Amino acid sequence: MADNKGVMIVGECVDCAPVAITYELLGGGRRLADTLGEPLSAVLLADKVGDAAKDAIAFGADKVYVIESPLLKDYVTDSYVGAIEKLCHEIKPNIVLMGQTPMGRDLTPRLAFRLGTGVTLDCLDLKIDPQTKLMVQTKPVYGGNALAEIVCEKTRPQIATVRPKSMEPLARNDSRKGEIIHFDAKLDASKIRVKFIERVKEKVEGVKLEDAGVIVCGGRGMGGPDNFTPLKELAKLLGGAMGATRPPCDNGWVPATLQIGLTGKIVSPTLYIAVAVSGASQHLSGCSGAKNIVAINKDAEANIFKVARYGVVGDYKKVLPPFMNKIKELLKG
Amino acid sequence: MHSIVCVKEIPDPETPASAFAIDPVAKRAIPAKDKPPVISPFDEQAVEAALRLKDGKGGKVTVISMGAPTAEKILKHSLAMGADEAVLLNDPAFEGSDSFSTAYVLAQAIKKIGQFDFIFCGRQAGDFDMGQVGSGVAELLGIPSVTLAKKIEAKDGHARVERAFPDGYEVVEVSMPALITVSNELGEPRYAPLKGIMAAAKKKVPVWNATEINAESSKIGSAGRHTSMLKLFIPVRESKCEIIAGENEEDTANKLALKLREVKLI
Repeated sequence: MADNKGVMIVGECVDCAPVAITYELLGGGRRLADTLGEPLSAVLLADKVGDAAKDAIAFGADKVYVIESPLLKDYVTDSYVGAIEKLCHEIKPNIVLMGQTPMGRDLTPRLAFRLGTGVTLDCLDLKIDPQTKLMVQTKPVYGGNALAEIVCEKTRPQIATVRPKSMEPLARNDSRKGEIIHFDAKLDASKIRVKFIERVKEKVEGVKLEDAGVIVCGGRGMGGPDNFTPLKELAKLLGGAMGATRPPCDNGWVPATLQIGLTGKIVSPTLYIAVAVSGASQHLSGCSGAKNIVAINKDAEANIFKVARYGVVGDYKKVLPPFMNKIKELLKG
Repeated sequence: MHSIVCVKEIPDPETPASAFAIDPVAKRAIPAKDKPPVISPFDEQAVEAALRLKDGKGGKVTVISMGAPTAEKILKHSLAMGADEAVLLNDPAFEGSDSFSTAYVLAQAIKKIGQFDFIFCGRQAGDFDMGQVGSGVAELLGIPSVTLAKKIEAKDGHARVERAFPDGYEVVEVSMPALITVSNELGEPRYAPLKGIMAAAKKKVPVWNATEINAESSKIGSAGRHTSMLKLFIPVRESKCEIIAGENEEDTANKLALKLREVKLI
């Protein structure tokens, strides 16, 4: 265990370019590595990694391990876990970080159990305890009602996934020096038991929820699918996106891809208009990053009013139409 | 076709935030007095996933749970929904488990049960949201796993699984036996019919302890943990909500729009 040194982040790329989470992991990883006085490495896996390795150095990595294979073209558990397992045996990292993304949440539990170590998913904060030098992992529990601080004391590596947008990337610095190492994971196709067939993407009109500066969200109190039409219009008026809490998605009123919450999208708009949303903790976990929450709800005791900046206690069916008219008027003038 | 489903009893996640309280020493939630514990919602959907396969292909569904004696209730609920057998894994030595020691106990119980085609688990438990026991059980049993399933079809020793993604879904094929973790996009679990509830009430649920599942004492309960919780706390959310009120809904709506314009949010 004393042999284990270094912070290793497992990045994600699309078309030879790192995606945002990779830069966030490098930023957070850099800070942890510097606190420990240990190096920071990045691992990039794909059929072709290309210039992404150089980008990773510019954003903070001391070393980038490039693992390329046609077997890594589409993520499946067996090939990716197998590759990272072998690299971990080779370089013995102290800490391994991934994003709390579809890939990260699938890969890290399997990797942790494979390596006989512990993992914590969906961390909002990671820090090094000054006495124990352990990585203290803070994550939401009980649907977001509480936070837990967790450590992995006896085994290595200490593994964690990090919630997107919770870590700051460093500024790009192309004069940073680093080493790019090609690692042969010696993947065995016969050991890959899952076959990727296809990805079906739902067409998103306009702004993506994760990137939207304005979001209009409908909750269980909306009552039905047709009632979401004015919300869509309001979102469009304000140049934003429409989302929903889990019940409208589970009821089939809106597509599941609109779900904002602990197991849905995590959003951080400047303005979040919650219509007929009670404010259950699982939902607030998804929208607590919003800078200003405006709530419209019939129930004065609704939990949403505890986190909103502005609130209207009333029936959205009566409040929304004049609200939208006034906004149209204000935006014209 | 034999499916095994792992289910967990948790404090009711529908407990309103105002009634939520924790014991910082025991490091767990204090259940609200009027809210009895329930089956973790994604686990109930895992039972539903197994029952859908049984509807189509016949066969048997066995439900297991590592928990307190009260967890028998959720096993009976699963039987009432349509599962065929249930087993409770209970032993004082199982206390203080983390995801690793939980997965180890479940895997040992599954080894004792024997042959299976599928194991179904919820994607994460509604209390600690750790999201790893399912994958962990698969790893300990040496079988493939597919997470975040919304639809499962079995054919010729393979399963075709649709996985929920933020921007749509993905289709994969996995060889059997396999472990599948289930997400809410799978759909609502069926209600337990009265006939099922009455039959389940009469069924006796066997209880297995550490010895009966051949568990190594160093791998169970708090002894087997790979992680430790240092602290559990409720974050302080300071927020002052300004309630906008007018003479009627139209007046209120106008005032709200003007306010948002005033603070430059519109």
